[in-house]
Parts: sequence; C-alpha cells; structure tokens
Amino acid sequence: MDDPFIIAGQELGSRLILGTGGAPSPQVLDEAVVASGTAMCTVAMRRVDPGTSGSVLDVLVARGVRVLPNTAGCRTAREALLTARLGREALETPWVKLEVVADDETLLPDPVELLDATESLVGDGFTVLVYTNDDPILARRLQQAGCAAVMPLGAPIGSGLGILNPHNIELIVAEATVPVVLDAGIGTASDAALAMELGCDAVLLASAVTRAQEPALMAAAMADAVRAGRMAHRAGRIPRREHAKASSPTRGMAAL
Amino acid sequence: MTLTINGERVDLPDGSTLAELVTSWAPAVRGVAAAVDGAVVPRGTWTQVALCEGQQVELLTAVQGG
Repeated sequence: MDDPFIIAGQELGSRLILGTGGAPSPQVLDEAVVASGTAMCTVAMRRVDPGTSGSVLDVLVARGVRVLPNTAGCRTAREALLTARLGREALETPWVKLEVVADDETLLPDPVELLDATESLVGDGFTVLVYTNDDPILARRLQQAGCAAVMPLGAPIGSGLGILNPHNIELIVAEATVPVVLDAGIGTASDAALAMELGCDAVLLASAVTRAQEPALMAAAMADAVRAGRMAHRAGRIPRREHAKASSPTRGMAAL
Repeated sequence: MTLTINGERVDLPDGSTLAELVTSWAPAVRGVAAAVDGAVVPRGTWTQVALCEGQQVELLTAVQGG
C-alpha cells in the first residue's frame, strides 16, 4: 500500500477502526462492518449468557476483520489487567484496547490507573492500544511506558461532540512515537476528517455509526471521511491568511 | 459442592472439572475465557482443573462493545 497504517509491526488495511457497541442487531453490525471497510473491530468482555446462541465474533470472523478486545467498564488497573488477560485467553490475541475510566457520568479515563495498567500490561507482553485523555503529557508518559498506540479522545464516549480540543490533538501528534488514533467523541463524518487532517493515523468510533439512523450509510461516510482527511493531511493544507489572496493573475488585465 | 459461577450459586457434582463446567455452561459460545478465584486459567489446562467447594468462577466471552 502507498500509505500503510502499521501498529506494532502489523499492517492494517484501513485507518478506520470500528467499535461494535450499540449496533441494534448482528445484521446491522454486519452491514456497517462491510460498508466501513474496517480491518479491526473492538469487542468487550462480559459474562457468558447461557441463553445466547450467536456471538459478535460470528460476524467479525466471517468478515475477516481483526478482533480487538477492550477493557471497557474497568475502574482500576487491577480490573483492567484481569480483563485483558481474559480477553487474550478468549480471543488468542495479545492486543488489547486498554480503557480505565473514572466514573459513569464522564467515562473519562483515570490517568493514574491508566498509566499503572499500561505499565503492567506491557510488562506482561501485551500490545497495548490505550484510550486516553486529550492530554499531551499523559500521552507522552503512556508512550514511555511502552504502549503500541495512543488513542486520545475527541470528546467523551458516545457524546458525539466532535474534537473539543484540536490543539491538544495536534500537540499529541507532533511528538508521537507510536500511531495516534482519535478515539471517542466522533459525531459525524466531518469530525473524522478533522481528526485525520490534524495528523492522526486513524480513527476509532462506534456510536457515530452504530447509533446513526442508517448505520451502513454512516459507516460508508466515515470511510470516505477518513480517507479524505488522510489525503488532505498528506497533501499539506494552505496556510490560513488574514486577508484574501487572488488566485487569478493580477498582471495582464485588459484596460476596460 | 456449591460454587459461584458468574455471580450465581450453582451446585456441581464433586470432582467436576473446569472443562466440564464450561461445556455445560457455554456449549455453543465461541471464544470463552475462565477465571477461578481471580486468576485466569489457560484453556489448555481446563481438563486438569478440579473445581472445589466455594470457588468463584467467572466465564467471559466477547460481546458488542466500544
């Protein structure tokens, strides 16, 4: 590929990572996965329900996408470590999306527990993709701890508020030594495009697609937005100017 | 013997193994992981793990999520 997206030495065929939470049915999820063109989807680890017949894995395995277990719902490093180990065992992958949130109202990451969990998981051989605040210093510390990707939020999970602090995202991108994935807060396609224009390597979103009125259509829109934003970033945008600058020649005007 | 499985108290025959429990509890569920008393038990050892009175067993699998 001309512009490969690589995490921990593994090339992923799409810069759009899809969270599976919120899809109203496996059929809708399947259509969204296909329309998004994603190469990796997140799943959560929960207690087995003996009454359930199908699994989200049926959809993902059939579509050949990589499955990334998360630690959603964990409040402490200890809980996240155990959940990550269960995910590794169940799905036979050392990759984990690390989430350690502080409370149910904000769902914001708890920075102290997050750094602690990252250090423990890296020490345990995990490839850690860490969901974090849009804090450049915390992002730096997580990279120093050995995470494989840093995933700052644009806005709180499920809020659809977009990217509330683009400047911080740019700061994180500017000094990143691992891929930066904008994770959480995306509401619509222009938010995803902005993330990529700011220099993020990828976008991770769930609700914006799964809770859209037409999930598959929104998934296709997100795929296009991520591609467009990435191309615009690589192309190099023109500087913003205080005043107009003519694009037509000013010489050779007729004397009218 | 009585154990707690996913938060429910369950009676099992003495000498039951973790492998037998998983088979009966989650026969058709893909990608299950097990923890006994807070420690993950590797799948390859399930047949050798004899369960004991009072243990807390967690059986987890992948579901839709963020």
